[in-house]
Amino acid sequence: MPDGSTLPLVSVQNLKMHFPIHGGLLRRQVGEVKAVDGVSFDIAEGETLGLVGESGCGKSTCGRAILRLYDPTEGEIRIDGTDIAGLNHKDLRAKRPVMQMVFQDPQASLNPRMTVEAIIAEPLDEHTTMTTAEKREKVRELMDAVGLNRAFAGRYPHAFSGGQRQRIGIARALALNPKFIVCDEPIAALDVSIQAQVVNLLEDLQRQFGLTYLFISHDLSMVRHIATRVAVMYLGKIVEIAPREALYEAPKHPYTQALLSAVPEPDPAFRTARTILQGDVPSPANPPQGCNFCTRCPQVMDICHKTEPSMRELAPGQFAACHLYNETSDHAEAPEAQQEQLEVQ
Amino acid sequence: MTDQTATADPAPVKAAKERGQWADVWAQFRTHKGALIGSGVFLTIVATVLFGPYIWTVDPGYQDFRSRNMRHILACFSLPWGEIASCFTSPDTAAVNVTWVHPLGTDNIGRDTLARLLFGGRISMAVGLTAMAIALLLGTLIGILSGYFRRIDGPLMRLTDLFLALPLLPLLLVMVLLFRERLSSAFGPEGGIFILIVCGIGITSWMPTARIVRGDVLALKEREFVLAARSIGTRPARMILRHVLPNVMSPIMVSATLGIATAIITESALSFLGLGFPPDFPTWGRLLNDGVQYMQQYPERVVWPGALISVVVLSVNYIGDGLRDALDPRIRGL
Repeated sequence: MPDGSTLPLVSVQNLKMHFPIHGGLLRRQVGEVKAVDGVSFDIAEGETLGLVGESGCGKSTCGRAILRLYDPTEGEIRIDGTDIAGLNHKDLRAKRPVMQMVFQDPQASLNPRMTVEAIIAEPLDEHTTMTTAEKREKVRELMDAVGLNRAFAGRYPHAFSGGQRQRIGIARALALNPKFIVCDEPIAALDVSIQAQVVNLLEDLQRQFGLTYLFISHDLSMVRHIATRVAVMYLGKIVEIAPREALYEAPKHPYTQALLSAVPEPDPAFRTARTILQGDVPSPANPPQGCNFCTRCPQVMDICHKTEPSMRELAPGQFAACHLYNETSDHAEAPEAQQEQLEVQ
Repeated sequence: MTDQTATADPAPVKAAKERGQWADVWAQFRTHKGALIGSGVFLTIVATVLFGPYIWTVDPGYQDFRSRNMRHILACFSLPWGEIASCFTSPDTAAVNVTWVHPLGTDNIGRDTLARLLFGGRISMAVGLTAMAIALLLGTLIGILSGYFRRIDGPLMRLTDLFLALPLLPLLLVMVLLFRERLSSAFGPEGGIFILIVCGIGITSWMPTARIVRGDVLALKEREFVLAARSIGTRPARMILRHVLPNVMSPIMVSATLGIATAIITESALSFLGLGFPPDFPTWGRLLNDGVQYMQQYPERVVWPGALISVVVLSVNYIGDGLRDALDPRIRGL
């Protein structure tokens, strides 16, 4: 993984989040939904990692598991030097101020019975010993920072537009001066003109406070705008992770290629050959053997049905998990992979 | 409202409206006509039963044998036109059995109905309000605990099923038999039976509230603002008080208003069976039940207490409706 010199702020190793399925007469566990199945990535301080993928691929679950809103099944989540995957409740609570979250639906993520002031002050109530007056002042400052009128502090969330509500959510996430913010599709519920405002606000705040983002989205063009690196997820696994330019210019994994070819083209005269994927995403409760993408891949080979591909670096900083690059790869892992292939055959 | 107005200069929007939350609640409550009338009626009845016995000082237990089975004074209207006025001025000589000494009439052993209604109102209202409060407290507590903490959900809900399956009257009968003596010796005969009845009704009527609250809490728990609070690190106790309880107020309010009615009526059923207050101790329920057998000749004996119970229940319902609206910021329009 990149940057060996400085320690990354966030380091996720082999994160697995499996949800049990109970069935039968005795409600015994009969299987599990592998929502996130062995995800690894690093995020350096001040960086934005975009996490893209289609609906149901485990992006949001991944984001929530990283903040320990779910208890992960397996893996290591190192944020600011501490492995939070195994922390007990007390230590985890003490660690909460470092990491915060911005939610997808700004309507649902704000308590309708609390005023804007109470919502933004909630993290302060929980983690600081500020006086009421200090909290008041801090809330006003945060409202300024996210571009909300101070005079609206006493109002309730239903009185605001979607974009304003998302600003309230962002102000709440900023209240404790976090280092790392998971943005879980923060723009998916907004209309296009407001999306740009919110994304620009997130960028401004990143510069101002030196924030690190995990930006979860299915909007590829928005991710291209905000992210420094992009990870593509399919069925609970990362299939490709690369710097922004490399990924958008030369996608390596067939799924990334298909995903990018689906981005709408504004110029009607300019037609690109789209890669249309056949079939549906397999159930995460019963993923296919071998490569997860083998059921829909346009360039599927025999080996894909048997062996799970491993991540390998194809260009500086660009990693993909695909058997297509087994022979062509001239990196250290290549002979190993070929050996693996031989063993299977 | 667009984002442009939010980001614009804050000067045009004055933050002058700095009144408290309860001022807003009151302002919204005042706009609900039914709730205003309801609270007016309710407060009037409460004041009447509280202070009435000091003004109408007739002893509700005194048996005036010479004027048994008196009609109420309005029975004069049943006479032919010419005799109505004389009936009101000198009721003793009228063709109907009325008197100004007992304006609402007397019962079959000559006790004054007005005095009994006033005293009975005190007991019925106290039983209704206290039993409702106990049932509400228990129901809300158990509903929230079982909805919020998954581990105790099963046991608590089975407990609720158990209580629902218990037949109410035999249970109360057993309770009365077991505890009447002990409570009576500790708190006096009336105080003891009051505690017994209130607790009996309270612990046998919390189940619907618990189920409704649990259902709402289960739905609320999956809302994103609860997840957001968890990502902040809010502790369960604060989570319940700040995020869960305010959002389940509406069903609790509805249960409360219905609970008062049920409690008053259950108390009357108990008194009817001889399990409640002593027979000479008036409550609205007992007056109603005593009147039933004379309903043909003296319909007023059923109408007075029945109408009072209905009016109390109706006004409490309206108050609950208004309060529910007033406590919801979306309806309050802020």
